[in-house]
Amino acid sequence: MRKTSLIALVLFGALLLYASSGLPGHGDPDGPSHREQSRVGSPGAAAHYIRQAKGDAASPNIVTVVLADYRGFDTLGETIVVFTAGLVCSLILRRNP
Amino acid sequence: MGIEFIAGHNLYWIISLLLLVGLYGMLAKRNLVKKLIGMNIFQTAIILFYIAGASKWNATVPVIDPALGSVDPADYINPLPHTLMLTAIVVSVATTGVGFALLISIYRRYRTLDEDTLLKRMR
Amino acid sequence: MTTSSRNPILITASRLLAPFIQLFALYVIFHGHYGPGGGFQGGAMLAASVLLLRLSVGAERSELKFRKSWGTPVGALGALIFAGTGLLTLLLGGRFLEYHYLPLPDLSRAELHSAGILLIEVGVGLAVMAVLVGIYDDIMEGPGGD
Repeated sequence: MRKTSLIALVLFGALLLYASSGLPGHGDPDGPSHREQSRVGSPGAAAHYIRQAKGDAASPNIVTVVLADYRGFDTLGETIVVFTAGLVCSLILRRNP
Repeated sequence: MGIEFIAGHNLYWIISLLLLVGLYGMLAKRNLVKKLIGMNIFQTAIILFYIAGASKWNATVPVIDPALGSVDPADYINPLPHTLMLTAIVVSVATTGVGFALLISIYRRYRTLDEDTLLKRMR
Repeated sequence: MTTSSRNPILITASRLLAPFIQLFALYVIFHGHYGPGGGFQGGAMLAASVLLLRLSVGAERSELKFRKSWGTPVGALGALIFAGTGLLTLLLGGRFLEYHYLPLPDLSRAELHSAGILLIEVGVGLAVMAVLVGIYDDIMEGPGGD
């Protein structure tokens, strides 16, 4: 058992090393996620957020604007997940919830 | 494999090592609490990977600075992974809480958290 | 767990520290528009201040600040503030979470978005704080390990 998991671990590590060689270098400003336009011509999300955030929501913190405005529905889902986790904890552990 | 390749990719290797540490904890440890800690290390590695992917050289934090003049995307690091990981961290805390609740529930019923003993007692 | 030794230095220091942690957490929530911060981080810090009191002065006295039974209701209130803001904009003619339909006078479109983000952050902060404190309370409740 321990031997098979060790082999799986080594193989997975080799796979990770192989896969990381295909990634853009750390901090490369021309990386695919930082581009203004993707290869097929659709606008890149990050550049659009950085350009538009201040004008759209009058707040300089881009992360907040993306979190609560552009991706507000996503954040609603996250909040529901967090709340559900708290609910599940009290349902599992409390004798009389 | 030149020096530039190593300089650009050594961070990914360290993060892969952290991921493997977490995976080793989940695979090889027999104690369920240690497995949960391994899962947390795994999550941390993934979060670090996203944050590493967000960085750009010669760029600052994604808060618009009036001193930099007109807004140029090359001046600010990618805000999207930061946003995603911000929520992921809180969700990981909450799911860790659920994991501990389940472990406490298991311990109350079977009086053990060791995997082999648990499998024996469940039969 | 709740009957640990009562060290007066520990109690005094944590009682002194907790209000400042809460103040800074509120700053982090409400300053989230202009600097690093927001509902998630501020909520975690509020939870940290309550948990500091839970750990130091004991469960029964720290319940004066945040009752054990409040965890789920306050978490639900936070999620409700979030979803209610979205629903309000939906009822006033916009789409879900389209903040410039909020009924606040004398604000431009961008400022309305800013106000909507603030509402959302408060809701998220309440939910995160209540859930983290609630998880701690649930784990500490009942017969401990023996």
